[in-house]
Amino acid sequence: MNKVKLFIDGRELLAPAGEKLLWVALENDIYIPHLCAIREEQRPSACCRLCFVEVEGRKRPVTSCTLPVREKMMVKTRTPAVDRLVRTAFELLLSDHRLNCGKCPKNRACALQRIARERGLKLKPGRFKALGREFPPIDESTGAFAFDRSRCVLCGQCVHADQQVVKVGAIGFSRRGLDRCVSTFTGVKLADSPCTRCLLCVEACPVGALYPL
Amino acid sequence: MRNLSASETAYRRLRQQAEAKLAPLKDKPLIWIGTATCGKAAGAIEVREAFKEELAKKGVEARVLEAGCMGHCYAEPLAVIAKPGFPAICYGKVDEGLVKRLVDDFLLHDDPCYEFALVALETNDFFPTFSDFPRGVYEEKIILEDCGFIDPEDIDHYIARDGYVALAEVLGTKTPQQVLAEIKAANLRGRGGAGFPAGVKWEAVAVQTEKTRYVICNADEGDPGAFMDRSILESNPHLVLEGMLICAYAVAAQRGYLYIRSEYPQAIRRVRTALEQARQRGLLGSSILGGNFNFDLGIFAGAGAFVCGEGTALVNSMEGKLGLPEHRPPRLSTAGLRGKPTVLNNVKTFAYVPLILRRGADWFKQTGTPGSPGTAVFAMAGKVANPGLAEVPMGTTLRQLIFEVGQGLAGGKQFKAVQIGGPSGGCLPEAALDLPIDFDSLQEAGAIMGSGGVVVLDEDDCMVRIAHYFLKFTQHESCGKCTFCRLGTKQMLDILGAITRGEGTLADLETLRELAEDVKAGSLCNLGGTAPNPVLTTLKYFYDEYRAHIEGKCCPALMCPDLIAYYIEPLKCSKLCSACVGSCPVEAVYTREDGLKAIDQEKCVKCDNCLKACPVEYNAVVKLSPPSLLQEKEGRGR
Repeated sequence: MNKVKLFIDGRELLAPAGEKLLWVALENDIYIPHLCAIREEQRPSACCRLCFVEVEGRKRPVTSCTLPVREKMMVKTRTPAVDRLVRTAFELLLSDHRLNCGKCPKNRACALQRIARERGLKLKPGRFKALGREFPPIDESTGAFAFDRSRCVLCGQCVHADQQVVKVGAIGFSRRGLDRCVSTFTGVKLADSPCTRCLLCVEACPVGALYPL
Repeated sequence: MRNLSASETAYRRLRQQAEAKLAPLKDKPLIWIGTATCGKAAGAIEVREAFKEELAKKGVEARVLEAGCMGHCYAEPLAVIAKPGFPAICYGKVDEGLVKRLVDDFLLHDDPCYEFALVALETNDFFPTFSDFPRGVYEEKIILEDCGFIDPEDIDHYIARDGYVALAEVLGTKTPQQVLAEIKAANLRGRGGAGFPAGVKWEAVAVQTEKTRYVICNADEGDPGAFMDRSILESNPHLVLEGMLICAYAVAAQRGYLYIRSEYPQAIRRVRTALEQARQRGLLGSSILGGNFNFDLGIFAGAGAFVCGEGTALVNSMEGKLGLPEHRPPRLSTAGLRGKPTVLNNVKTFAYVPLILRRGADWFKQTGTPGSPGTAVFAMAGKVANPGLAEVPMGTTLRQLIFEVGQGLAGGKQFKAVQIGGPSGGCLPEAALDLPIDFDSLQEAGAIMGSGGVVVLDEDDCMVRIAHYFLKFTQHESCGKCTFCRLGTKQMLDILGAITRGEGTLADLETLRELAEDVKAGSLCNLGGTAPNPVLTTLKYFYDEYRAHIEGKCCPALMCPDLIAYYIEPLKCSKLCSACVGSCPVEAVYTREDGLKAIDQEKCVKCDNCLKACPVEYNAVVKLSPPSLLQEKEGRGR
């Protein structure tokens, strides 16, 4: 396979042509915040808006999950513009996320905590008010795992596992705007859905929305 | 003269048939009723029936035909009477009484009732035509030229006015490359708002190796207050179909769709009729005009999401998926509908195409500015005296558009701002009025051309509320896919809401600005990418108004309910009148012991009824902001 030479934060790297920048960086131990990225997806959803980087020749920060690497690409993962967007996106996500990490089953293994640690951000909505929305009660109907919508960041990792990997189709995205959510068809309990309790969705969840019981 | 090609010969036959069919129309008086949705809403159907009834009753021989929209919304319903021996005359605000007069005085007795006439459509010695009014001087109708003057449900009207002649000539004498070259030479820029050159877009599809290609017309017009696309589809659908056919020939597409929002049932109906008639005439389907070009069109009715006007979301929704936008690239030109190369253009963009090919790229470039040739169509609404649809050359200033074409502000009010480009556009102040309108200049000022909505705002409009209004629309229409748009617009809306309630802080303003800039820079698609524009432009041009809400708890435009109080001036109030008392839905207005009226602030819901009810000779009800002014007033009043 064709390899290209690129520079990330001054480090010279070789990577397969066409590979998306995010994966090249992660493989070389260069951390870029991300929640929704799925390597196998032909068309990345690019919805979490956290994996911004600056690339020479581009005016604005771009999402690294959608950017194929090119020969002689010059990438910076930390610039004032990148940090600003990441901080805002992060604070926005936290403004709609139930934040009592101490009691969260994903405490210390949460992708949000990792982002905060790596980027020196506080685990707080910062400038924004917590939306404090009402969410449906935690669904523990399967007995095998729980689904807590108040901690969901809508990254789509679970939906991908369910629909693309095991091809069950128990869950999917529904509704629009602020009401967008992961749910079963017509919103029935997971136990009443085609869910096979394979737990792949639980494994895929980067935060504490899906966790084993 | 050169020999006609086969398709031109086929066209000539259609043309002769159409002319033969329409010739008898000139023998009898002809009454046109504007029955686009706007006309219907104003009562055009009643007017049509009244004419038919009155003609039958009086035994007058005349034809009643339906046309689309002429763009003069302020005067709807409109009727045009073309009586042999008289210039065609247009009458505005027609009602049943006027119908009787017109039938009696004009059709029976040759008195055209000039006192009720709006404008004459042909030059004559008695009554002015459009070009005698300021609006007519500034307007230059290209794609709206025939709108309102032909029957949109009869293809022969379009054919008789040179319709499909460009298609016949293209098929008979031009190669696809020549068509592309002509469109590129004309520098036709996409009228959906972004202004991307159509020729470049088409060429990107034409050069693909994949042979299955699609042409889609974006008629998912969703901006509040914008109705250009609907009006064109309802008034002259064949113009758009011909443009799509020419595009399909240029990019070698076999199939196309018109994506029309379901909220436009009449546009869908008229386009469907147009498609059927075009197929009957051999202008659509296989072997078009007898040649070897095959192309067919279908209608896709959009289910009503604003974001589906965005190309990738539109394609997703056509494929039966959730109408959510995708990251680009790949662009539609490489992977569009069903993964195939796709041209997606706005209704207006396609409407220019037949005219450019009929008259040439050089003709097109005579109008407008070098960077943005041609005309711009605006749907003017808000506080303007004469709202309506206007087509002006690119480069016309906002001042000319609002004060000449739109005849200034309604009710003699003071101009404050113009919101251009819909919820994705910006609010521009007085100082920006001399800006020549084109794609690039508006962008520099912080607004966008958008699809052409123009909302004029006056002194009574609070800019914070206006920003809140437009953002509320985009926040509601956000698909929720990406973080910035889903949560960013919500947080912005909450901050704006707090400011209108007098609960904002100056720090909130900074957060608002930062967040607006980040949502603009960080969103996945252009809905989020442009949603902050109303906020950013009002912050830029009307910062003092934001500060007044925060520091003085005062709404200078007296519009924010939480920052105003209603008060009855005792010196102006009359003991003889109690209109305000009766108008109050919550019994907050009461009669004092001395017979004057007053408002119980605890009960008042600020519905504005008492202010409207108070007779103009008293004008005793006033709004005060901040509400703390009440104490001062009441101290003095007692």
